[in-house]
Amino acid sequence: MSDKLDRVAGNGLINRRHLLKVGLGGLGSVLATNALSADAGLKLQIPQWSQQPGPGTSAYGSPSPFTGQIQRMAGTPNPIYPGGGASRSPLQHLQGTITPNSLHFERHHSGVPAINPAQHKLVINGLVDQPLMFSYEDLLKYPMVSKTYFLECSGNSGTLFGDTPVDGSVQSMHGLVSCAQWTGILLSTLLDEAGIKTQAKWVAAVGADGASMGRSVPLDKALDDVMIALYQNGEPIRPEQGYPMRLFVPGWEGNISVKWLTQLKLTRQASQFRDETSKYTDTMADRRSLQFTFPMGAKSLITSPSGQMSLPQKGVYKVTGIAWSGAGSIKKVEVSADAGRSWADATIESPQSDKALVRFSIAWQWDGGGAVLQSRATDSAGNVQPSRNAILAERGLISFYHYHGVQSWGINSAGEIKNVYA
Amino acid sequence: MYMPKAFKFGFLLVNAAFLLLPSSQAQTVKLGQAISESQLSDFDLVAGPDGSGFPSGSGTAKTGKAVFDVKCAACHAANGEGVSGNTRLVGGDIHSQGNPLRTVGSYWPHASTVFDFIRRAMPANAPKSLSNEEVYQVTAYVLFLNNIIDEDTVLNKESLTKIQMPNKEGFVDLSHLH
Repeated sequence: MSDKLDRVAGNGLINRRHLLKVGLGGLGSVLATNALSADAGLKLQIPQWSQQPGPGTSAYGSPSPFTGQIQRMAGTPNPIYPGGGASRSPLQHLQGTITPNSLHFERHHSGVPAINPAQHKLVINGLVDQPLMFSYEDLLKYPMVSKTYFLECSGNSGTLFGDTPVDGSVQSMHGLVSCAQWTGILLSTLLDEAGIKTQAKWVAAVGADGASMGRSVPLDKALDDVMIALYQNGEPIRPEQGYPMRLFVPGWEGNISVKWLTQLKLTRQASQFRDETSKYTDTMADRRSLQFTFPMGAKSLITSPSGQMSLPQKGVYKVTGIAWSGAGSIKKVEVSADAGRSWADATIESPQSDKALVRFSIAWQWDGGGAVLQSRATDSAGNVQPSRNAILAERGLISFYHYHGVQSWGINSAGEIKNVYA
Repeated sequence: MYMPKAFKFGFLLVNAAFLLLPSSQAQTVKLGQAISESQLSDFDLVAGPDGSGFPSGSGTAKTGKAVFDVKCAACHAANGEGVSGNTRLVGGDIHSQGNPLRTVGSYWPHASTVFDFIRRAMPANAPKSLSNEEVYQVTAYVLFLNNIIDEDTVLNKESLTKIQMPNKEGFVDLSHLH
């Protein structure tokens, strides 16, 4: 079979049109050499579940028990950081580009506040003509927009700055990225209502959590595409995503999309909050620290096959993953099976919309030898996802945030898959 | 979904109004309620590097030590040496070899941030439980532990924003790029 395949890059990457002929499954459903020949002993029967009625409707749906435990991965609670920490999306189990609300990653600085929306207020003050206070009920009456955007914590993938590759999964290493349809009010609508004074250059956004977490947003961005999100994938935004409302700052590091939003204060300067000085700043090799490095870089990840999985046998696999960029839309994703020596264009399976995840895939025939799978994204602004070495050369070794280099999944002859530096 | 009756009624009223207006006029819905800055004086905790938003009050490191020992030392240890890298408040050198220890003294560029963060988020198990006076006191103590001010320096909204932090020149503001 292998010599009939149209190879598009080294070490087994093959043209997708050949898959139409040979058939293709996900990880674990490899092709046997007799895939196209009928099994003479096979006779399909009507299954048992087709011979009786099933349970009726339910008030709230849940996944099939046959999907297994598809869950977020959370760290161990830290008693000196009550409510703090992160949970990561199970990227290896998801397809398409939308993250189900229950599986959207979390990052909290003082836990999830139990906010009664009837008592919640959103205040706009500072350098405005008239400070204003809005109730949740009133905000629901405003015109809204619905946009599909990714959200990524700038600490996502930061472990790859480390000296030695951790033995991790795509979830444990890269699970601080998710994507949803966010529905809300453009921030410009409410700022116009309050009247922006000419001296105003920044908007301080503050949450109603225990930490009253604050971030400063440049006014130009605030008036561009920033929204006050009230709905997530069609339902009221989840408590862990900021119920009853969050700021949503498209394409920028997740921390600036302040959850449980309760105050927007217009100021002359950035407010220099803890989370834009002590944290979420990037220290370079020369020990200068870059501040307000907001946009998330062009990035892609192979989500399957990926770290800590194993390939059961030689054969054709579907390599699939996600890509995104804070600078625009994804134009191209390339995949390599030989540690970057040769690349082939992957198929983009989803809409290529602005600042949203795309899903890519390519077929790969594993011949049972060593391989290193990589992916590389190019965005609409022409940014190409850099190699890990290029990031380290530019940023040094003591940086932590905004890692967007190429991920390498090493595969040995036993089919075991590990995070490697290649 | 449960929806209070008053809510449903308001929702329908606005929808009806939209039907009567061209879309450009629908954008003119204005439902914000006027409020004054004095009505927000307990609510607005943003204390900026230009001195804006700081409350009245003052404190010294000498008075701050007693508050720190009771309210902060459980996590930050006596003298701010911390029980882990993340809770350490003192020491470090940004120019040291390897991954430098980043603390208030070695990293934070603005003294205003120390006050702002303690007031809004500390102590972690009871945020906002300190009085403004206590926040000034603890801020003074943390700066004193880092050899940035003397034990008797009176910290208030005027003196606090004049403090030059050791790593103030260590930051590059890239906000103009975006």
